[in-house]
Amino acid sequence: MSTPVNLGRRRFLAVSLTASGALLLGLRAAHAEPPPPDLPLALIGDDLTELGPFLRIERDNRIVIGARGCEIGQGVFTSLPMLIAEELDVDWSQVQVVQLPYGYIETDKGPSNRYGAQDAGGSTSITDGWKDLRQAGATARWLLLQAAAQEWDLPAGQLRTAAGTVIAPDGRTLTYGALAASAAAIAPPAQPVALKAPEQYRIIGQPTRTADAREIVTGRSRFGIDTYGADALVAVIARCPYLDGTLDTFDDSEARKVAGVIDVVAIPGPAPNTPFSGVLAAGVAVIAQHTWAALQGRERLKVTWKQGPWAKESSTALAAAAHAALDKNEDGVAVRNDGDFALARKQARQLVEARYEMPFLAHATMEPPAALIELKQDSALLTASLQDPDGASRLIADLTGLPRRAIEVRMTRAGGGFGRRLKNDYVAEAVLVAKAAGKPVKLMWTRDDDLQHDFYRPFGVHALAATLDRKKRITGWSHHCAATPLAYRQAKERPPYAGCLEPDDFPAGLVANLDKTFFSVTSGMPRGAWRAPVHTFHAFAVQSFIDEVAVATKQDAVKLRLDLLGEPRQIPFRGHGGPVFDTGRLANVLRQCADRIGWGVRRTDGHGLGIACHFTFGGYAAHAFEVSVEGNALRIHRAVCVVDVGRVVNPLGVEAQMMGGTLDAVSAALNLAITVKDGQLQQHNFPDYPLMKMAQAPHSVEVVIVESGAEPSGAGEIGVPSAAPALANAVYAATTVRVRKLPLMPELLRML
Amino acid sequence: MTRHADPPAESPAPAPRRPLEPLPITINGKPYFHDGDPAMPLLWFLRDMLRLTGTKYGCGIGACGACTVLVDGKVARACMLPMSAAAHHTITTIEGLEGDALHPVQQAWIEEDVAQCGYCQAGQIMAAVELLQRKPKPGDDDVAAIGNLCRCGTYPRIRRAIARASELMRSGKK
Repeated sequence: MSTPVNLGRRRFLAVSLTASGALLLGLRAAHAEPPPPDLPLALIGDDLTELGPFLRIERDNRIVIGARGCEIGQGVFTSLPMLIAEELDVDWSQVQVVQLPYGYIETDKGPSNRYGAQDAGGSTSITDGWKDLRQAGATARWLLLQAAAQEWDLPAGQLRTAAGTVIAPDGRTLTYGALAASAAAIAPPAQPVALKAPEQYRIIGQPTRTADAREIVTGRSRFGIDTYGADALVAVIARCPYLDGTLDTFDDSEARKVAGVIDVVAIPGPAPNTPFSGVLAAGVAVIAQHTWAALQGRERLKVTWKQGPWAKESSTALAAAAHAALDKNEDGVAVRNDGDFALARKQARQLVEARYEMPFLAHATMEPPAALIELKQDSALLTASLQDPDGASRLIADLTGLPRRAIEVRMTRAGGGFGRRLKNDYVAEAVLVAKAAGKPVKLMWTRDDDLQHDFYRPFGVHALAATLDRKKRITGWSHHCAATPLAYRQAKERPPYAGCLEPDDFPAGLVANLDKTFFSVTSGMPRGAWRAPVHTFHAFAVQSFIDEVAVATKQDAVKLRLDLLGEPRQIPFRGHGGPVFDTGRLANVLRQCADRIGWGVRRTDGHGLGIACHFTFGGYAAHAFEVSVEGNALRIHRAVCVVDVGRVVNPLGVEAQMMGGTLDAVSAALNLAITVKDGQLQQHNFPDYPLMKMAQAPHSVEVVIVESGAEPSGAGEIGVPSAAPALANAVYAATTVRVRKLPLMPELLRML
Repeated sequence: MTRHADPPAESPAPAPRRPLEPLPITINGKPYFHDGDPAMPLLWFLRDMLRLTGTKYGCGIGACGACTVLVDGKVARACMLPMSAAAHHTITTIEGLEGDALHPVQQAWIEEDVAQCGYCQAGQIMAAVELLQRKPKPGDDDVAAIGNLCRCGTYPRIRRAIARASELMRSGKK
């Protein structure tokens, strides 16, 4: 017979991080608060015990581990529970993983999160989890050991664990399931518990398949867009097609005649020049019983819009403005200045210069934005694919006036993120529509909505110059960038170059005379973080240009980079992924990549090799491609990616991220661009934003993972930045056509 | 695809009408009737009416393949197939693949750890099932012709999974 779960008597282990990052362990009596609302019903089995916020142990020794992160395809639903399971010392086959909701709590020191960091951004999930999730697993194991010690009246130091069992010196055993209830009553350790030595690892470092793969391949996975409230209505919004435009008039009489359409409401847009803190655009929402009725209703709306202040904006004008700012070279923001580049230029034996143009990019997550929200008098429940649940919670509080503790946020598996879901504009829209509807609402976005109303990767032009001495050594490096700043509408919070230029990125610190300067290009296009922001945006220019310098001065492109990197050493890096940049680790991935692709072997088959390397968010990567151009077709014969992300938690996951990051970068580089004309976006769906298909992709990406005992860094973004320049360098090697403007294919075909 | 006309270029189409009689359709072996708008695409009937959410919305114009289902055993884009055309046919969705055990394609997808975000994979799997029915040993070009989009870049593992499924299916028949 099942035993009722008595949450009231259970004591919870509270694990939270102080501002300094130190782990605090404390006990709170369970009667101080009601049972957690997030306990999935399916987990209330015959008898289970909650041991800390991440762990539930069933009497039959099944181990249920909560995954705290936002799973957007980067694999944290698998990799983060692996960290806990390792230190808990269980078999991975015993483990069932469940998604945790957003863990807002209020403490004496203010708002906090019972689960720690839950957002997906900046490749930080593994680095964060390495600090606190291993400790959470180790603490639970410590409690189980104490419980066994009490049971057997033996010192805990004489006991050991294996595969979810405590073992006494005489061979007696007790399962975690048998010990869990008494373990939960033991006071946790005052100090952090010692962690395993790497040679004791049995889960970390093992290739581990996606924990919920079976749900995915059977169609049972519920993404945000797949959730339905019991009586939720479906809404779609006709949004203003003009940047910062406003709603003029609308006639909904025909829309309301569509069977299933229930209501039509106007949604006010954001105030121009204020930060995007809620919705992205003015609109008219059609609320219906189901999606098709909502879509049909929207088609029958008659809406007139007022053009906003950006009615004349166009991609052509933005490019002209960027080039003009670079030509004029006035009023730039100094990003980093070392030595005296102007003097180096005067004294140079040789000068190489080139400009590179980067387009706006959309995120185009395969699952478009969607949000299901249920508003009640005194509470709210959001279910959605998210990257920033904390931001979503704050936004709902702002829009409803509800206290944050009354707002429940449930994250689902997300059909891609790439930075799109760091913005919660679609959550804000859902809240506003649900307020008007007085009922739970699921807000749906179409692909057209998604491409037309995104926070795009910035547009810009990079002007690079290098000076060389008579021994062909690089003496000076200038990188001027004129771009639409990522920090649009938030310029007070961040320097204007954030997201476009990183002060300490390669070759900063390696060239005596360095000049990095930024020029803001004014634009009404909403901008946001796009997978490996900053890095995809400028590494194409930097790593294409170093190749051009090598060609212009008849040097080997690998050797030139290695010469710049010099002796293996750590140099300061103040950006995200710092505090240091290890020249030896970048040189190592570059060398390995060159070896793997067969660099230096003269080709006579018309194939070209190209290479590039980059440091991103604590990880080091190099890419190499072998390509040929046959007629109008670019064929990618080989793709190599060598990566060093320190110690690897899940090699299968890192390989997937490198393979995927490489192909994502190639896809964007080949054909993707968002353009604007007369203040309107020109792309509407995949035919004009053509993601790469399998036929264009290389058959495989040869991923080489460097074995390392260094602290792990994240892997979700490092696979992207060096791929596009390596590809363009390979195209040059095959064709002698230098593509300096992305997307690559239209430019290549124009120049061939 | 929705266009935001400004001002409206032409008068809107008339509101949809109900069919004269309910449309019969067989989905994953079970009979259903649709008595709503006959122009409703199969995709929304599956998702909104039957809550069979394994079939995904991706573009609404048949360009991405996230909504791939089998109609009488052949691949079709559910977002482009109105219920009036789907009626009287037999539909298989991702939820209907599994019998007593996983379909070999599903099994291969797990073994090759294909999914990243997972959103496009139901469509990819349905396309692979149909391909392997037609061509038990598909060539590289046959596989590449599937054409379903994946933003995560899982194509190399999809290739491996299809090869593995091909082996599983052929060895299972011996």
